[in-house]
Amino acid sequence: MDLPHQGYRATKPRARAAPPTADSVLFDDTSSAAPAMNSQGYYTPGYNMAGPSNDMQGGAGPNNLFADPMANAAMMYGSSLANQGKDIVNKEISRFMSINKLKYFFAVDTRYVMKKLMILMFPYTHQDWEVRYHRDTPLTPRQDVNAPDLYIPTMAFITYILLAGMALGIQKRFSPEVLGLCASTALVWVIIEVLVMLLSLYLLTVHSDLSTFDLIAYSGYKYVGMIFTVLCGLLFGSDGYYVGLAWSSCALMFFIVRSLKMKIIPSLSTDTMGTGSSTKPQFRLYITVVTAVFQPIIIYWLTSHLVR
Amino acid sequence: MAFTLYSLIQAAILCVNAVAVLHEERFLSKIGWGVDQSVGGFGDEPGVKVQMMNLVRSVRTVMRVPLIAVNAVCIVLLLLFG
Repeated sequence: MDLPHQGYRATKPRARAAPPTADSVLFDDTSSAAPAMNSQGYYTPGYNMAGPSNDMQGGAGPNNLFADPMANAAMMYGSSLANQGKDIVNKEISRFMSINKLKYFFAVDTRYVMKKLMILMFPYTHQDWEVRYHRDTPLTPRQDVNAPDLYIPTMAFITYILLAGMALGIQKRFSPEVLGLCASTALVWVIIEVLVMLLSLYLLTVHSDLSTFDLIAYSGYKYVGMIFTVLCGLLFGSDGYYVGLAWSSCALMFFIVRSLKMKIIPSLSTDTMGTGSSTKPQFRLYITVVTAVFQPIIIYWLTSHLVR
Repeated sequence: MAFTLYSLIQAAILCVNAVAVLHEERFLSKIGWGVDQSVGGFGDEPGVKVQMMNLVRSVRTVMRVPLIAVNAVCIVLLLLFG
């Protein structure tokens, strides 16, 4: 009988040409399983006459999916396995960090990203630096342009790695290991900076609502400055590099001081009680200023070898 | 200075080892950092020194046992891969 043979031939083009997005439509339409058996008689001569050049794969493919119970069962088994795996991964990850808190940092939209990049590069005209709250929970970045997010730092980090690879390639010093080295160096510096900030905030008993993710976000904003500096250096040579470095350093220092001042240094209204904050306010100011001064140093350190 | 993540892990292990080997009665009490010298100062008046002592004590308490395993793994890796 040519029916098994036809089933085999129908499997191969289906495996090659089945679009993944149409699968949900295929699986919902279980009513066509019965008529598919009837219509197979119609399609059989079509397949045999088409010969080795199987052009009509899309038309006959969907209906034959139901006629092949093995593929059907395999698909369902695979999707249930995938769901189980996803549940296990979610459970394990939520033991270390809460996914909801992470989702808050990635709730951005285009308008927020454009405004935030403008503020990072030119913060001198931005008036209101307060992070707005809504019944004790901070607003998502979509609604508040002052809220920290993790989307810009992540994208800027990846862009910086790609740009570093390109800059090294221009100088004919590129190899794939250098790319990995550059990436891990930048990541290690961010981790060191976040750890030092956490340690200093703990030692000086600064009770701020800066969580670890907030600090990672504020540390990651320097990658935007780094990208701008490297671009200036690549486009305009060594002089352009120093001009870009000066501009992005000043802008980033201003941004960090204005943003962290709101969070670390308490407002004057709560500071009027007697033994209010035992850590003198100058320590908090020191933390902010040292963080700000550290940014240009690290920008210079991580980008100077890219622009010679 | 090119860091890899492994060198960061090594540096972290070395630092935590250094904090964990500080002996309580032979050293910390002698320089006034013992656990019996940190009481006092109610209210929000801990101060930097008390916070440091608390940090040292908690690192030593928490990381004693896991450090044994982590150090053993690190030694084996160094022996195998240099």
